[in-house]
Amino acid sequence: MSGIILPGADGVLYQRDRAWHPAADTPGYKSTTFRAPKHSLLALGPTKSEMTGPTFGHEKLGPLDNDLIRNFSQDGTEAIGQRMIVYGQVLDENARAVPGTLVEFWQANAGGRYRHKKEAYLAALDPNFAGFGRAVTDENGFYSFRTVKPGAYPWPNGGNDWRPAHIHFSVFGHAFAQRLITQMYFEGDPMIWQCPIVATINDKAAIDQLTARLDRHNTTPMDALAYRFDIVLRGRRSTMFENKLEGN
Amino acid sequence: MLHPVPTLKESPSQTAGPYVHIGMTPNFCDLPGVYAADMGSTMINGDVEGERITLSIRLIDGAGVPLSDGLVEIWQADASGSFVSPTAPNSNSVPAFTGWGRQASDANGVTVFETIKPGRVAGPDGKPMAPHVSLWIVARGINIGLQTRLYFEDEDNEGDFVLNKIMDKRRRQTLIARKDGARRYHLDIHLQGEKETVFFDI
Repeated sequence: MSGIILPGADGVLYQRDRAWHPAADTPGYKSTTFRAPKHSLLALGPTKSEMTGPTFGHEKLGPLDNDLIRNFSQDGTEAIGQRMIVYGQVLDENARAVPGTLVEFWQANAGGRYRHKKEAYLAALDPNFAGFGRAVTDENGFYSFRTVKPGAYPWPNGGNDWRPAHIHFSVFGHAFAQRLITQMYFEGDPMIWQCPIVATINDKAAIDQLTARLDRHNTTPMDALAYRFDIVLRGRRSTMFENKLEGN
Repeated sequence: MLHPVPTLKESPSQTAGPYVHIGMTPNFCDLPGVYAADMGSTMINGDVEGERITLSIRLIDGAGVPLSDGLVEIWQADASGSFVSPTAPNSNSVPAFTGWGRQASDANGVTVFETIKPGRVAGPDGKPMAPHVSLWIVARGINIGLQTRLYFEDEDNEGDFVLNKIMDKRRRQTLIARKDGARRYHLDIHLQGEKETVFFDI
């Protein structure tokens, strides 16, 4: 990390559409009740503090960091479950690729069990599956990883609430104000429409944006299905430079 | 000067959930062996100019209960007021000071960062902002990450561009960490209630 400033790195971000995102207080998802601020957010003009952000080089990633089927294997045995490739492109709202950004992901195993000390669901752990990984997007903004399809699991919210199969995603972008955590769902899963966490999002089109598509063209025959999940980060316009007055 | 109309919508946020640590601080939640270290756990690598400080940040919900399952990321300038990033994505060198930290909260809702005191950064009005650290907070029950700042009680915070935007002056205090021993600062983040922290739409 040498401190080279990328063109447009301190350009203004488009305002976040907070009606498209979930509101803070969504009673159907009970945990929000005491964790949602009641005051309005203070609108802040962009400052250098939030228009910059950390970047991560490839050098920090291990060779199996994007292979959840093998990155926790105890003896070479691969994880149990429906094998799949999850891939996609990280873009900004201007449809520009976001290269060189860190994408992190975590999930339950094929039976819906998380490997976490606070998780007590009766479905068994898979001794060869931890359920997390990471990747840095390539020059065209693409990431990919191999995993098994996570199972649905019950959670203590309503009397009988179940999460749809999902994978959690964390994405950085190039500005701290682009920081995003979201969840990926699977095309055709009827449980999407019953989930109080999904329902924190008001717009069906926004939910659709979190739903990965089966991509037969990128399957590995006799090995793994493929799902495509593109991620869109906030767009920014560039600061105008003396040598490039039109911006970019 | 016209700018292009955005063609895509930002991916909507969802909660990080109670098991955020699996993906973001696996070593913290007893999943060693995949990553050598949790990302953001060390902000200082080698000799760095500036005053070394410890920040403790406690997350508290609207019922007064600490968040034992929260996660905080911080982003800040170095002692001279410069940001490490953006940098060349494929550079091989690790910066002596990364400017970025990530910690999960403990059973008492506390996250602890070993860092340096940031220098002043120029604000949009051209005047230097008071030294500050930018915070991003996620947890179960938080649908979209909360953005705020930490300032220091032993700095001159008058005239700060952001603090001055907070019309209710009493609420400015919610962003100011108190000195809590030598080179140690503490800030309580109240998600909700009488002492509710000021959160930003940036």
